[in-house]
Formats: sequence, C-alpha cells, structure tokens
Amino acid sequence: MTAETGLILPRYQRPEGVHPPLDYPEYRSSQLRAPTRPLVPMPQWLTEVTGPLLGPERVAAADADLTTRHAGEPIGERIIVTGRVLDSGGRPVPDTLIEIWQANSAGRYAHAVDDHPAPLDPNFDGGGRCVTDSDGRYRFITIKPGPYPWRNHPNAWRPAHIHFSVFGRAFTQRLITQMYFPGDPLFAQDPIFNSVPDRTAREQMIARFDLGLTIPDWALGFEWDIVLRGASATVFEREAHQ
Amino acid sequence: MTPPITPSQTVGPFLAIGLPWADGPFVVPDGTPGAITITGRVLDGAGDPVPDALVETWQADPDSRFDHPDDPRGAVTSATPGFRGFGRSATDQDGGYRIVTVRPGPLPCPAGGTEAPHLDVSVFARGLLDRVVTRIYFADEAKANAADPVLSAIAEPERRQTLLAVPGAQAGEFLFDIRLRGERETVFFDV
Repeated sequence: MTAETGLILPRYQRPEGVHPPLDYPEYRSSQLRAPTRPLVPMPQWLTEVTGPLLGPERVAAADADLTTRHAGEPIGERIIVTGRVLDSGGRPVPDTLIEIWQANSAGRYAHAVDDHPAPLDPNFDGGGRCVTDSDGRYRFITIKPGPYPWRNHPNAWRPAHIHFSVFGRAFTQRLITQMYFPGDPLFAQDPIFNSVPDRTAREQMIARFDLGLTIPDWALGFEWDIVLRGASATVFEREAHQ
Repeated sequence: MTPPITPSQTVGPFLAIGLPWADGPFVVPDGTPGAITITGRVLDGAGDPVPDALVETWQADPDSRFDHPDDPRGAVTSATPGFRGFGRSATDQDGGYRIVTVRPGPLPCPAGGTEAPHLDVSVFARGLLDRVVTRIYFADEAKANAADPVLSAIAEPERRQTLLAVPGAQAGEFLFDIRLRGERETVFFDV
C-alpha cells in the first residue's frame, strides 16, 4: 500500500564490511553468544532515525578527568585523549554523550571479575564521561591503560585499549568500540582487533600520537576521531506519488 | 572524501565500570501512572544466563511521538512527565534485566501502514563483537502486530513469537527473554 504520508526520513548509510562479523570463532566468547541465524533486514523508520539525545544532564565536569577523582594521583603515564565525533559525511556530532572505561596502568580493571594478578590502584576507577562540544570535540585526561592477559588462547594478551560508548543522534548510529594506541606489538595476535576484516577500518581504531596535543612537562597527547554512520541528504524513504 | 566509519568492538566483561546508571532502567520516573515493567533474561546458546550484558531500549511515547528534531512530524515534549524514551539495564547474575516504561503508541510508516507499538532494543555483551538489535512487541496487541510490516517481513512466522513480550503474573508486568543463540534464537535485525 502506498500513501502520501509526507514522512521524509533520513537514511543512514549501511556500513558494509566495516564491523566485525558476530560469529567469529577465533574470539572464543562468541561461540556461545553470537547469533547464528541471518540478521533480518529492518527499515529505518521513525524509531530508528531518532534516538536519545543525552547530553550535559548526564555528566559533571570532573567526569572527564580520570586522574583527579580520588585522594591521590593514579600511577601511570598521564595522557590526554581528544578528538571529534563525526558522521561519515564529515559533519560533527555536537552535544552527544561519550562514556569510557579502561584498565589501570598495570592492566587491571577495578572490577570484581578481573582476577589478573596485577595491582589495583586505589586512585583509579577507570570510568569517565563527557559531552562533545559544538564542533563534536571531546577531551579526556586519564592514564595509559596497560595490556593484560586473558584466556582466549594460549598466552593471549589484549593490546592496551580504552572502551568508548557513543550515541550520535539516532538509534542507527549507536556505537560501542575500543580505542587502541599506535605501534602496539600485540595487535597481530589479538582476535578482537583483527575481527574487523578491513585493514583501513582496523586502523580507524588506532589513535594518533600528537606532540602538539601534549601538555609540556605534564602529559602526552593522543588524537582519535570517532566516525558514525552518516545520513544521506539526498535519498529519502518516500514514495514519489503526487 | 568521506571518513571511514569506526568499527564496533565488544564491550568485554567489564562494562559495569562505565555504562550502568542508577536511573538507567527508568524510561519514566518511578511511580508514573500507567507504568509497565519489562523484565527478562539474556541467555546464551547453552541456555545459560549472560550475567555481563547490557540491554538498551528506545521507543515512542504513548502518544506515538518523539522529542527529536529528525521526526518529520515535529519534536514533541511528551505528555508523560519525565519520559526519556531510553532505557538501559545491565544484567544481573541470573542474566536478568528490567526496564520501567510506558507503552509506546503505534507509528505511521513512510510508505503508508502502521507499525505496532514496539521498543527498539540493543544488546551488548562480552562475546558480541557488535551490538545485536531486536524489537519488543506486546503479545496483547494481536491485531496491531498482525498488520505490522516489520513483523510480517520475518520469513518464518513461528520466529515472530520471539519478539513478543507476554503479560506476567502481576498487572503491568511483561516478560521478554532474549536468546542470543540456538533453539528459539531471538530474531535479530540488520538496521
């Protein structure tokens, strides 16, 4: 049935070949959890092209600095992590919530399930959040997380990484990913990093060291942009009947 | 030159450090008249609970509206005070999650027709390299569900049952389990 509803909706790019496959046996935890039935194609209608516009009400200014929330300073290499949230059309995504979590400098998470025999740091909990500015920019101060062993395969180690959660402006744009550090020697043996099939896409997850972003005598700087699916400005889900 | 899209990665086992909010499950404030609770469990391919998952929901308000600029009908502040539209619940040791909300209204489709009341759902967990997306419909909306174009497009009709929240023992309670894999695997969508 076709009707002139006048509902003109954005259409978000389908990121073919960008995301990892769900069923990826090299990542052992996927074997009991990844769906095996083919995904059912879903239209992008009102629920999908809208989404929660979560912003300043969810964060306090101190949430973007993971080094000053406890009695003392955390142990480790102090770093600035900054960049922009963009869509694939190059447009900034302003006023959007970013949440991060990470291990401490010894590679230990402040979480009951983590039994890696590395020290906890009483001055580091590893969680942070902020909201992008009008240009889509975010900025965190933290310490560089350490790599850590896990039990995926013999002598498996995760490259150092920071988990990032981003909303964008539509349900279609929701993304949770990980940011890695340049030159990490552990990339080659990490099935999570290598689950992304395309090399260019994998490299999108690696931050860039930037001497210009450092704070002299205080912290090193890394830049990392997050690119969400963009909406086409020219294609509409509208039946052209008049 | 358009920048390449950033790939998804798993949330891993420690998402509880960064993602749960105290008010996460409350799409509407506690005590909202007409509120319903959707509870269920996230289960793996062996039928075991997934205790380290995160369930997120997004929906229209009871008047079928979104407070969002990309809704071509216009952004509307909900008549339900404190309506956020968004719910977030980490699973517990039994794989259980809980969302407190109000029933969404039906939605017009761009090409005509009507979508039955539904919530869009994202599930994140260790073992999932990308989120999986599903929908919650309401089993007591049989007529609307039968006309819903998304449900109707699911090739195997018996699989549509996996998307129906069923009324629970108490008034305003609905049950919706999410089976990630295996027998009675929930329908997941490519959006």
